[in-house]
Amino acid sequence: MSHTTRTGEIHVPILARVEGEGALDIRIAAGRIEALKLRIFEPPRLFEKLLEGRSTQDVIDSVARICGICPVAYQMSAVAAIESILGVTPSPWVEAMRRVMYCGEWLQSHSLHIHLLAAPDFLGYDSAPAMAKDHPDEVRRGLRLQGLGNEIIRTFGGRSVHPVGLCPGGFFHAPDAATMQRLREQLAKGLEEARELIAWTAGLPIPEDDQDFVSVSLRHPRDYPITAGRIVSDQGLDIDPADFEQRFREFQVPHSTALHAQLDGHPYLVGPLARLNNNLDRLPADLRQLLDDCGVAFPSRNMFHSIVARAVEIHVALAEALRLTEDYEPAAEPRVEVPTRAGVGFGCTEAPRGILWHRYALDDEARVVEAQIVPPTSQNQARMEEDLVTSLTRFGLERDDDALRLHGEMVIRNYDPCISCATHFLDFHVVRK
Amino acid sequence: MTTGTRRARIAVHKFSSCDGCQLAFLNLGEPLLTLAETVDILHFAEAGPIDEEAEVDIAFVEGSVATSQDAARLRGIRERSRYLVTIGACATAGGIQALRNLHDADEWVSGVYAQPEHIDLLADSTPIAETVKVDLELWGCPVSGEQVLGATKAMLAGHLPRVDHSAVCMECKRQQAVCVMVSQGRPCMGPVTSTGCGAICPRWQRDCYACYGPAVQANVSALATHLADTGMPADEVARRLLFINGHAEPFRAEGLDWQARVITRQGSEEEQG
Ligand code: SF4
Ligand code: SF4
Repeated sequence: MSHTTRTGEIHVPILARVEGEGALDIRIAAGRIEALKLRIFEPPRLFEKLLEGRSTQDVIDSVARICGICPVAYQMSAVAAIESILGVTPSPWVEAMRRVMYCGEWLQSHSLHIHLLAAPDFLGYDSAPAMAKDHPDEVRRGLRLQGLGNEIIRTFGGRSVHPVGLCPGGFFHAPDAATMQRLREQLAKGLEEARELIAWTAGLPIPEDDQDFVSVSLRHPRDYPITAGRIVSDQGLDIDPADFEQRFREFQVPHSTALHAQLDGHPYLVGPLARLNNNLDRLPADLRQLLDDCGVAFPSRNMFHSIVARAVEIHVALAEALRLTEDYEPAAEPRVEVPTRAGVGFGCTEAPRGILWHRYALDDEARVVEAQIVPPTSQNQARMEEDLVTSLTRFGLERDDDALRLHGEMVIRNYDPCISCATHFLDFHVVRK
Repeated sequence: MTTGTRRARIAVHKFSSCDGCQLAFLNLGEPLLTLAETVDILHFAEAGPIDEEAEVDIAFVEGSVATSQDAARLRGIRERSRYLVTIGACATAGGIQALRNLHDADEWVSGVYAQPEHIDLLADSTPIAETVKVDLELWGCPVSGEQVLGATKAMLAGHLPRVDHSAVCMECKRQQAVCVMVSQGRPCMGPVTSTGCGAICPRWQRDCYACYGPAVQANVSALATHLADTGMPADEVARRLLFINGHAEPFRAEGLDWQARVITRQGSEEEQG
């Protein structure tokens, strides 16, 4: 078998350092990739069905359980949809504190991904504890930032995984001023560490791999998008979340329990890189400067720059949490009364991994008649497959199975795929004949 | 458990779940690095190491049995592990996804998928202990870092920890939290729910929804009757019981009983009409 006409199959049975279970199958024939399948075999848990008949509070408490890493995102998209149906506008205090809580999740999820899941790839380790032996300060800084994110969530929700604080109309409980003061002191220290983190990620040995893709994210008139905005792309898309289904289509492929999605019939990217590419002008001036100085040019077409984008968003999250709690006082009444009524509503927020779209139909007792949830990882699946074909071909299909497997896993990990979310990934197969 | 000759071996396995219980390890911070230095973590896909076939001293299992492949994989894990510990409501009680056990699962699958024939899903989501022997059950959705770390330390010292399953109410009293049932009339599940969370919900001024499973000697039917007496419709009482730990007894039997009352009542209304 000559290098240019290599034929065979590669199979990666369980993907390490991704959330959930999946596998990768590649068939190479005559030196090119004939078929590539990212198989997600995480069993579906059928949330959209089990929500039927449930109250709005049950929805908020249930959808968190779709994903242990981004429960806040699920709760926030759900509560936005529910409040739009019930005709409730939360107070400015609630709006601001929800954004702070969401920042906690970005901080926790991004930091976990950078340090425990992605960075070991770039530095050649198979796990964070292994990496910690040679890079103890960096790993510990990462764990501290992750812990800080968890602390923010805990402040508003009692615990960081499946927090219990959110309700239609606001929060059950307002943290007291002393608690917030203590949190703010830690956040200020974290901000300094976030600056160092950006420089560190920008200095990692990141492969060159520019590709064509469409970046899709929210866009807000004033802020870096987190809890609200219109859905936009860098190709001119600009729609209200209510019109999502007119342009985006979800469909099933036989090799995955997660539905795929396309925008106008084509794959697209959601997540930190897409968000940053589309919202550079929404960064605070000092962060923009920091980014210009770090040596990575954004908008970027290199998917591997996702790790830098995550570090930038860690900075955004910390700075936003500090800004929004500057003159913090607990609200006397952290929630408004909500009526019960029927209707259809949409919620779309920026989960750490990208836009998370929910649609609910409620009956006149505000119980769920129908629910539909489109998580970021489903949306990225088609893009991941497209990326894998390009990246592995560029990497060199003549390389041995282990090298291809490692590179494939590294490409996939960039997307921080959350397979638990997507099923509501990775076993690796290459077939070379 | 550490013999003089080698370090203890640990594995973390995943079945049908949200990954939230594994985070109890990944969110430990510094203690995670310490743990990784004292034991050999041989299988923990989300954290890096993959060796599903490894012989271990402690296997932590997250998630419920949900596909046609799961039972065989689980039996293999059981054979190769000295202690098998379930972490969380999914592994210990079937999880929130066990709500499908009360419905026509096929109908649910075809409600979500255009080609349901490609989906491998058992009709029921079941706890690990319905398939293999479990040495220790850690309840909670999710379990906390203290729970997993405490249990690990006890097992490394050679014994299984004793877990307190008294009611959340006891914890509220210890923490001097104001009772949300008495002060706000909220339908709190605290009286029948196992402690372990630190009474988070009452301390957050809301009702407990039983994510830590049933307490010992929980008088579930008395609580359900009380909720109905204060004006909660029977179907809502049923939904309170049939939620995150709805597959666990006595929540399940009592929940089904209240569900049956709804159906009977609807039936008799139809007869009258
Ligand atoms: S018990 Fe709850 S937190 Fe744990 S895996 Fe299951 S759904 Fe997630
Ligand atoms: S109070 Fe109840 S619902 Fe809340 S965290 Fe504790 S056990 Fe779970």
